[in-house]
Amino acid sequence: MLKLLDGPQTLGRGKIFWSCFLAVLAGALIYPLLADSYDVGNFAYFLIWIFMALGLCLMWGYGGMLSFGQTFFFGIAGYGYGVLAINMGGGTATIAALVLSVIVAMIAAGILGYFMIWGGISGIFFGIVTLSATLVLAFFLGQTAGPEWHIGPARLNGFNGMKGMDPLTVGSFDIEGSALYYLMIALIVIVYIALRMLVNSSVGNVIVATRENPQRAEMLGYDVRKYQLLTFVIGSGLAGLSGALYTSWGQFITPSSIGLPAAAMPIVWVAFSGRNDLTATLVGSFLLLFGFQTITVYSQQAALVLMGVLLLATVMLAPQGFVLGIGKLVVDWWTRRRLRDESPALADTGRLQSDET
Amino acid sequence: MALVDVKGVSKRFGGLTAVSDVDLTVNAGEVHCLIGPNGAGKSTLFKLIVGLYPPTSGSIFFDSIDITAERPYARVQRGMSIKMQAPSVFKELPVRQNIQVALQERLSGAERVAEEERLLSLLNLAEESGKLAGALSHGQQQWLEIGMALALQPQLLLLDEPTAGMSPEETYKTGELIKSFNAEGMTVLVVEHDMAFVRQVAQRVTVLHLGKIFARGSLEAILEDEKVAEIYLGKTHAH
Repeated sequence: MLKLLDGPQTLGRGKIFWSCFLAVLAGALIYPLLADSYDVGNFAYFLIWIFMALGLCLMWGYGGMLSFGQTFFFGIAGYGYGVLAINMGGGTATIAALVLSVIVAMIAAGILGYFMIWGGISGIFFGIVTLSATLVLAFFLGQTAGPEWHIGPARLNGFNGMKGMDPLTVGSFDIEGSALYYLMIALIVIVYIALRMLVNSSVGNVIVATRENPQRAEMLGYDVRKYQLLTFVIGSGLAGLSGALYTSWGQFITPSSIGLPAAAMPIVWVAFSGRNDLTATLVGSFLLLFGFQTITVYSQQAALVLMGVLLLATVMLAPQGFVLGIGKLVVDWWTRRRLRDESPALADTGRLQSDET
Repeated sequence: MALVDVKGVSKRFGGLTAVSDVDLTVNAGEVHCLIGPNGAGKSTLFKLIVGLYPPTSGSIFFDSIDITAERPYARVQRGMSIKMQAPSVFKELPVRQNIQVALQERLSGAERVAEEERLLSLLNLAEESGKLAGALSHGQQQWLEIGMALALQPQLLLLDEPTAGMSPEETYKTGELIKSFNAEGMTVLVVEHDMAFVRQVAQRVTVLHLGKIFARGSLEAILEDEKVAEIYLGKTHAH
């Protein structure tokens, strides 16, 4: 099983990478002891969005399916959490609401994905259909301001958004502040490790092969539609996890978190970071979220413009992503240096495969 | 015994009939070549057999099972293995990983690694195993795809112009490779118009012309057929 962590589909490998990983994790774990509670809460907020980015990385970078529907599933699970938490009475039931809302998002992904994939929709049309679904949901929720739009005691409230749900709670303990931060760290480590194992497994091999050449993959005996659907459901489920956590964090959710500007954000994060690698997506998305939030304090418009500029710069200058590109340079440099130390002749034979760090 | 039985198959694209009422039998254990001039319908018939095109009419049987409505992956699971005309590999993946994807359903662990090594060595790709498949030459990509097809250990190997872009030496080696697998019991159906290659490997030959079966029989009989020479070789015998 551990071999799957260091497989061919992920850039960071070997003892040095995992030492760095543990050092960063240790830093993240002691951070709340050193920072004030406002900053810890802010960091927890950034981390909420990472699941959505990792899900898109899996679908787009590994599976070759550019989905504009991450905020569609974010919204379904976000509103789902609100409806369930309110209807189930809050308190400890919020944990069940979280799990159920993610399951609902995955079922929705299964239904939408089945019709798209079995219907032969691929390439740019995959993006168009998922974007359409996202906009339909955002517009639908925007017109639910009237009192008739409720599910049990949970009112949808149109553009003002749904509110009044409890945060995640265990017994009488609300998971907020540092507790939420630590929950985010634990979930990110679990999701990141699980996704690494998935993409480096035999299933991951087929997912990547399908991205490269679906006809050849089918001619090796794989029903590529099943692998694409699996990828879509997992990736969308992670967007759902972000949505449910977001609602529990802020105890509100509005249609603006689903609409077009919000739907474009995961694309920018993942494209800038490097869609073909989970680690690059994890690091790059966090940096962008941090930068976006910092600039938003002064001007939200400026932050949105910066995101657009970054997307343009990525497409024109580094189509594989800036963070991934820098990561590859560092790994190549390190590998060359190590080999030069071991065998000067070998190191001069040209660019080396970065198979190991 | 017939391994593949094509019965009355036609394929029309709008007003064009590419394949018309074709009957074709490929017996178990033989190397069967499908030849014909450009536009004869060879590649269309090949795509009908592998499942890339649904036939307009007719039926296709594999090992006595009607597979007419099955998708390509299901046909592969039944024991077919396919190499397309243009090299069709995973270009952004390393050569070894291409082979791995083909092998992983059949073998795992040390057995899979050993088979990877054997195939890479057999295909003269051992030294290229870490390279991206897209960085290989055209001929090497053809070999890699043949290796991926062989990795499935199929009952029936389907090859559409397997030697396109290969040097004469590579073409000869490919022929010998096909004969060696046939000697072990593998049935092979080859679409080809390199007559030297056909002579090297074919046991039975079917000639297509204008979407219809024009002639069939042993290689010797086909080469002696004046009408075949007329339509296929422009009134010049193949020597």
